Amino acid sequence: MSSRNSSLSKGVDWTVVVLYAILVAIGILCIFMVEYRSGTNWMQLFLGGKTNYSKQVIFAGFCTLVAAFILMADSKLFTAFANLAYAFGILLMLATFVIGKDIKGSRSWIALGGGFNLQPAELCKIFAALALAKYLSMQNTDFSKLKSQLIAGGIVLLPAVLSRLQHETGLALVYLSFFIAMYREGLPAGILVTGLSFGALVVATLIVDPNVLAITLTVIAILIIYFTRRQIKRNSKLLLIIIATWAVCVGVQRFAVPYIFNNVFECYQSQRIYSAVGKDYDCSQNKHNKIESATPGAKAYKPDDYNVRQSKIAIGSGGFWGRGFLKGTQTRGKYVPEQHSDFIFTSLGEAFGFVGCAIFLLLYLFLLLRITVIAERQRSTFSRVYAYSVASVMFFHIAVNVCMTIGLFPIIGIALPLISYGGSSLLTFTVLIFILLRLDADRQMVLR
Amino acid sequence: MSVFNQSRGRVVQIIFGAVFVIILIQLINLQVFSAKYKLAAENNAIYRKIIYPDRGIIFDRKRKAMLENTISYDLVVTPVESKGTDTLALCQLLNIDTVEYKKRMREIIFKNTSVKPSVFEALLTQELFAKLYENMYKFPGFNLIDRSVRTYPYNTGAQVLGYIAEVDTGFLRKHREEGYEMGDYAGMNGLERTYEKVLMGVRGIKRYIRDNKSRIQGPYENGMFDTTAVAGRNLYTSVDVEVQQLAEKLLANKIGSAVAINPKTGGIIAMVSSPNYNPNDLTGSARRKNLGRMLLDTARPMFNRAIKGQYPPGSTFKPLGAVIALDEGLITPSYGVACYGSYTNCGVLVRCEHKNAGHAANLRLALANSCNSYFSDVFRKAIDNSDYKNPTGGYLKWKEYMNAFGMGTKLDVDLPSEDKASVPDTAVYNRAYGKNRWNSCTILTLGIGQDKMTATPMQLANMMCVIANKGSYYTPHFVDSIEHEEAEDKAFLAKYRKKHIVTHASDTVFRAVHDGMHDVTVYGTAAAIKVPGVEYCAKTGTAQNPHGKNHSIFVCFAPKDNPTIAVAVVVENSGYGSTWAGPIGAFMMEKYLNDTIATDRLAEVERISNADLVPSAIKEWYVRKDNQRQAKLALEAANKAAEMNEEEENADKNADKNPGINKRLTEEQLEIAPSKEEPKKSKDSKKSTKANTALFLHADDRFKVKKSKA
Repeated sequence: MSSRNSSLSKGVDWTVVVLYAILVAIGILCIFMVEYRSGTNWMQLFLGGKTNYSKQVIFAGFCTLVAAFILMADSKLFTAFANLAYAFGILLMLATFVIGKDIKGSRSWIALGGGFNLQPAELCKIFAALALAKYLSMQNTDFSKLKSQLIAGGIVLLPAVLSRLQHETGLALVYLSFFIAMYREGLPAGILVTGLSFGALVVATLIVDPNVLAITLTVIAILIIYFTRRQIKRNSKLLLIIIATWAVCVGVQRFAVPYIFNNVFECYQSQRIYSAVGKDYDCSQNKHNKIESATPGAKAYKPDDYNVRQSKIAIGSGGFWGRGFLKGTQTRGKYVPEQHSDFIFTSLGEAFGFVGCAIFLLLYLFLLLRITVIAERQRSTFSRVYAYSVASVMFFHIAVNVCMTIGLFPIIGIALPLISYGGSSLLTFTVLIFILLRLDADRQMVLR
Repeated sequence: MSVFNQSRGRVVQIIFGAVFVIILIQLINLQVFSAKYKLAAENNAIYRKIIYPDRGIIFDRKRKAMLENTISYDLVVTPVESKGTDTLALCQLLNIDTVEYKKRMREIIFKNTSVKPSVFEALLTQELFAKLYENMYKFPGFNLIDRSVRTYPYNTGAQVLGYIAEVDTGFLRKHREEGYEMGDYAGMNGLERTYEKVLMGVRGIKRYIRDNKSRIQGPYENGMFDTTAVAGRNLYTSVDVEVQQLAEKLLANKIGSAVAINPKTGGIIAMVSSPNYNPNDLTGSARRKNLGRMLLDTARPMFNRAIKGQYPPGSTFKPLGAVIALDEGLITPSYGVACYGSYTNCGVLVRCEHKNAGHAANLRLALANSCNSYFSDVFRKAIDNSDYKNPTGGYLKWKEYMNAFGMGTKLDVDLPSEDKASVPDTAVYNRAYGKNRWNSCTILTLGIGQDKMTATPMQLANMMCVIANKGSYYTPHFVDSIEHEEAEDKAFLAKYRKKHIVTHASDTVFRAVHDGMHDVTVYGTAAAIKVPGVEYCAKTGTAQNPHGKNHSIFVCFAPKDNPTIAVAVVVENSGYGSTWAGPIGAFMMEKYLNDTIATDRLAEVERISNADLVPSAIKEWYVRKDNQRQAKLALEAANKAAEMNEEEENADKNADKNPGINKRLTEEQLEIAPSKEEPKKSKDSKKSTKANTALFLHADDRFKVKKSKA
């Protein structure tokens, strides 16, 4: 036992632990800011345990315990149980379809009793990270082969699909971040580039008039053919590829995107995406909407940018130095919906202004870069892949959440790691980080 | 493999960094460079509550409050926040339909944007307030705002005090820098208008933080940016409420005006224009209705005849004519003319009331007997003064005197829109007769207060002040002092505290005028009019005018030896000056000097008060109005009955069409209905009506058109 205890602190990267502690503390502070009402005896409320910030403190305490257990555990445990945990996670997610609890329109929660609920999709991130690391670190895996890439992709995308089926679009998107880790492990850059290009094309479709965009694409295609005419002479296949790409692009722009927006997405989702690029979406075109309201014809514009607008107002009103702790009028007036969870960044932005936001984001960036540094110093592939997965997932969460509050990304339910109110989210990131720290403490070992 | 992909770790780090840089750029954009978010946040979360200060009170000379403040409530709406209001319930409470609701909302948004609070229904009755108060939770965006409203405990002095009303866009444009906002009330007339800045006080602003449902969360920054309301300052006037009330009572059922001034200070004791209205009619929930009715009234109760009515002064001008000639040294008090019943020196005949020889043997006698010949002669002396080359020169000198006395110029009383009446310019006569082709004879009747000369009752009263003061006056005014007078107020009031010396005639000269005017009350035209225990001086006037019967005019001052009140009374189209205007002036003096009316004279007060001297044309207008209203009511009742029948008969027909048809019917029938009833009544008084139409300075056109058709 004594050797265990000594190894608890030995080799642990304390920088990350300190950053973790600071961020959790900031999170509790932010939730306190949102909940605080002048004139109330907050100490009493705090001790009463009914408020969100006292709950978050309880979560934090629980997470400390979990963290301690993880640090005491054996690193080999994680490699050994990686696949099993993954299977367990998938099973839990499937279970929600049967015993799930409906919270805010998504049946992705399992009631634990005592007012606490568990969201398996959150935990599944850990299991997916472990499983991905396990698969890529297997000796017979050659990640340069398409088959391995497909299997790795499958491991990551299975929980994503299940999340989407639970109407948790945000969580589903998070799994895409594992592609960053895979990229580090040798996934061809072309896949990421293609993905990004597709994203750019979709955004362009939303912003630019369809005909103008079609003409632009055509012009680009013609220019490419003109400049590569010598290569084309040597290799006529290239011409076909260019023309096919052009055709796909125009097809996507002309038919696929409108189809997806009108038939696949819910009305509110289309609206949010449109509003993120500063446009109005006409809901009467939406299939789901048409089924609901039997009165066709009238254009039903319903500007759904209240959240973004209020969130931007709150952050923008902070100014350079901020309004000061507990002095944010937007926060106190509860103007921003879901401010304690997904929009927690707004309370920070209003109270501490640009300076506070910048320092806060630099803390995050420092943590992320620290994790990548840790990743690169691992001797075993398992640890490295896992570390990159942690960094990618956190990065994706931070980037999407912050961009969403400042109007750069459509609104989807993605929490700000370690800050947003919520036990599941906090626990997930605690476990993610501390498993990494445990693995890092044993970085001299080669794990398979 | 890991070595092979080492560089990719760097790429990942760069991606992380790049995204954070993008986020920081957007944050700079939002937090540092966009001011609009800060503004939006304030609009969002800071509720500015305007604390209306109590308006200043206006006191009379005995420190009785002529008006006071009470609390009334307005229903105020901020259109953007009113989504989710139970419109139907609100409409039911206010007794309006949803069409009206939408119309008002549209107007409010058009006038005052949808983000600023505007008054939806002003001045709620107690009952309505109670009902709304209980149901406010159903109406987000609506608020009940208390504001202080005027009440008038003495029901008097409406035209003098003026009224306050919500400012309109025109007012806001004119007074842009003065901090008014839509929904504010401001003085619109009378003293309320002139002393608006003193009375309004300073509005306070309290800032509260409110949440997304507009619930107040507490003061903003602990009230650091709040400003306190400073109550408006009080005005102390020279008005005597009881004299004012009495004068209003005496002038009831008449058209005319009375002004009483204290010659020692220029302070106005009473100013009445009849017909007038109860000032309480323009506060409270019936305000709009009453205001509309009064604005359409042909007798124009909102029109202050005391400062805007123009009357030929008639004989009441004679003392002034004498003073001018005396001051110029053209006559002495002992100057006399021989009059045998008319003045014929100009070829035209000017009649005189008296025929006996020696009734104009000197100034005193001429004044007492109001000899037309004497004053025609004196006037000609002034015009044909040998000091000046021609009649134009003499006339200009005479006009200069007149203007110095306040005739034909604005006296600059502290009420808005005073009229200067008319002492004609030479240009007027040049145009009428040709340059230098007129002389003292052509304008002879100016000397007896006729021709093109007109004066407002206030100017007549001021003229009496000059004579009572023996050649000086203070500009007539209401406000003697302002509470906590500031330098600015002092500067404003300075003009009312300055003595204007207009003649240099000696004491003896004025004594002759005073004696003459005193004789008027002893054996002259006003011999029958007594003020118990007071010797007073007076002059009656019976002014010919183009509007029909002579105006009854009376000017006076008292006591004779130490005058403290000067009065001018005009009763339109009622005959001799001594019949109606005289007693009214006497009662006003009695009330002011004796503080009460002798008990044996009270019956006389009632008699005068009840005497109906309103010209028949105006009465007729009232009858027509009543007929129209009754016809309208009858038609409405008939239509309602018809509608109900129809509905019963064909209940399944489209209900929307019927009211529209009925409405059109109503209007057509209305046009016909009154004209059918009219001829009977108007035939007998047709002639007088025609003559009197000129009297309606602003009679509505439709009325005239109908008249000509009939």
